[in-house]
Amino acid sequence: MTASRESESLAPGCGGLAFWVVGFILLVAMPLLNILPPEDSWLHLSDFSLNRFGKFLAFAILALGLDLIWGYTGILSLGQGVFFGLGAYCMGMHMMLTIGKESVYGSDLPDFMVWNQVKELPLFWKPFYSFPVAVIGAILVPMLFALVFGFFAFRSRIKGVYFAIITQALALAAWLVFNRNDTNLGGTNGLTDFKQVLGYRLSEPDTQRALYVLTVLCLGGAYLLCRWIIRTRAGRVLVAVRDSEQRVTFSGYTPANYKLFVFVVAAALAGLAGMLYAPQVGIITPAQIGVLPSLEMVIWVAVGGRGSLAGAVLGAVSVNYGRSILTNYFPELWPFILGGLFVAVVLLFPDGLIGIMRKVKERIGTGKAAAPSQGKREGG
Amino acid sequence: MKVVDQSSFQKSIIYLDSVTVDYDGFKALNNLTFMVDYKELRVVIGPNGAGKTTLLDVICGKTKPASGRVVFGQDKELVGKQADEIVKLGIGRKFQAPSIYGNLTVWENLDLSLKRKSKGVFPTLLGKSTGEERARIAENLETVGLKDYAHTRAGSLSHGQKQWLEIGMVILLEPSLLLVDEPVAGMTDKETEQTGRLLQSLAEHRAIVVIEHDMDFVRQIARIVTVLHEGTVICEGTVETVQADERVREIYLGRQKVAH
Repeated sequence: MTASRESESLAPGCGGLAFWVVGFILLVAMPLLNILPPEDSWLHLSDFSLNRFGKFLAFAILALGLDLIWGYTGILSLGQGVFFGLGAYCMGMHMMLTIGKESVYGSDLPDFMVWNQVKELPLFWKPFYSFPVAVIGAILVPMLFALVFGFFAFRSRIKGVYFAIITQALALAAWLVFNRNDTNLGGTNGLTDFKQVLGYRLSEPDTQRALYVLTVLCLGGAYLLCRWIIRTRAGRVLVAVRDSEQRVTFSGYTPANYKLFVFVVAAALAGLAGMLYAPQVGIITPAQIGVLPSLEMVIWVAVGGRGSLAGAVLGAVSVNYGRSILTNYFPELWPFILGGLFVAVVLLFPDGLIGIMRKVKERIGTGKAAAPSQGKREGG
Repeated sequence: MKVVDQSSFQKSIIYLDSVTVDYDGFKALNNLTFMVDYKELRVVIGPNGAGKTTLLDVICGKTKPASGRVVFGQDKELVGKQADEIVKLGIGRKFQAPSIYGNLTVWENLDLSLKRKSKGVFPTLLGKSTGEERARIAENLETVGLKDYAHTRAGSLSHGQKQWLEIGMVILLEPSLLLVDEPVAGMTDKETEQTGRLLQSLAEHRAIVVIEHDMDFVRQIARIVTVLHEGTVICEGTVETVQADERVREIYLGRQKVAH
């Protein structure tokens, strides 16, 4: 009896070769296309494009976490933007404090504090002078927050649409809190005007290129972490919770603990994404962490294909690329396109882009004969 | 009032003492006293709404009784315990509708159910399968007749196969008491017969409580039958005794007449 534990029933399309090919393109080819060809060559990748792509890849890290909790475990969180924001603000606070005398008002305090007539740096800002505190905080703060919030939510057996609603309420609440000037986080304008990180000027293409490479490495690490989790027995418990939570309970597991675990992992990845986003984009405001951005994050995963890690990455990159192109030409149409995309995915392609790619592959594999779709996943 | 014989209480694996379950005034179980011996195969029958499923819910910790005691083995009180604790004590539950993990393979379904020292998040994250565990899963596949389906996605099994898979999953928890809710509903005659044989062979090593509607199936497997009606036991005995009982005929046949 040969029984391989490494069943790929859930993760086709995440093969080892594809990982290394994509990794090579992102990590080596793209930066080289930015450096080597002369600027007028058609091969040249502009600093702007590389930087923009780095932002998409940061989003992809968040999408991986969201896919773990929603795609694999079946828990829809509409509050991932909050964890993203916590990560981004932690990093942003550190970068605000390193502006120093370069600020508009020439004060040691961040500009918005001078503007708001805050005389002294609030206590909770002080640890963020330290870069390690900012980095660790960007991951740990979202994790702790998810741990506390998730503990009460899952212990009270809040699930399904109710969990979606309370996480959306969380996103709204966070948005309101971050918007207030009294919170001392820059209010509506957020944190911006960053100059440097670890002494490297953020305006330098070299710094941005390094941040891009760092983002690729983090994405690779996040992908491997998620892939490891879903291939362990605990990963299969997550899928089991989605398929039949009752059976999981009556098999001696405590589903609430597994949900909490995956919620905290997703929050950590969202925080990491926020941490990488802030220095690359140069601004973080409440508008990026509220209800709408959190919903958009869900759409990335839905479009890419929930329940597939490669799909989550593909979805985050392609939706954001589409957004970046389309908002140039039809800025007011984007919400409608996004909504339409979501409806189309739900109705026509429940397995998203990855599902379409898989089907095409199947067609090619079986020639023109009608492909028996035996391995098809059930939605829901 | 039924007097409980102390000596039989000592032998029982599960003992419900005057249990009442109240759903907003509706008494799903009404002062019910029920007892099953070690390695006994007991069938519970009764019309719809008699409280059969509630009886299993109370034993496995899904429903909390308003009053009464539930004792497992010699002295383990079950009332107030969480479902997963009760599983660890040795009570396995097979639900009426097949509840399996449709997106995992048959093998993975069984692997998750296997009794292990800890089912906490981190031991499960880091745990590796041992050869002994794999052998037990393989043996289990043989028992429930799914040997050729080890790597099939469980969602694509037939209804009957799903029921067997769930029975297999529950057995791997090594329960000393197995609760089975209407296992043959929706099965073909052949599948029903196979299920009967499966349950009989499983009863050699553990006590089983089966809830069933299908009287042919009851005749095939039953040794002792308990008849529930409106939340209480109205009759207990062999199939013949029960069928000869005047009150049972009244409840059952009366109902069936209405149904025709």
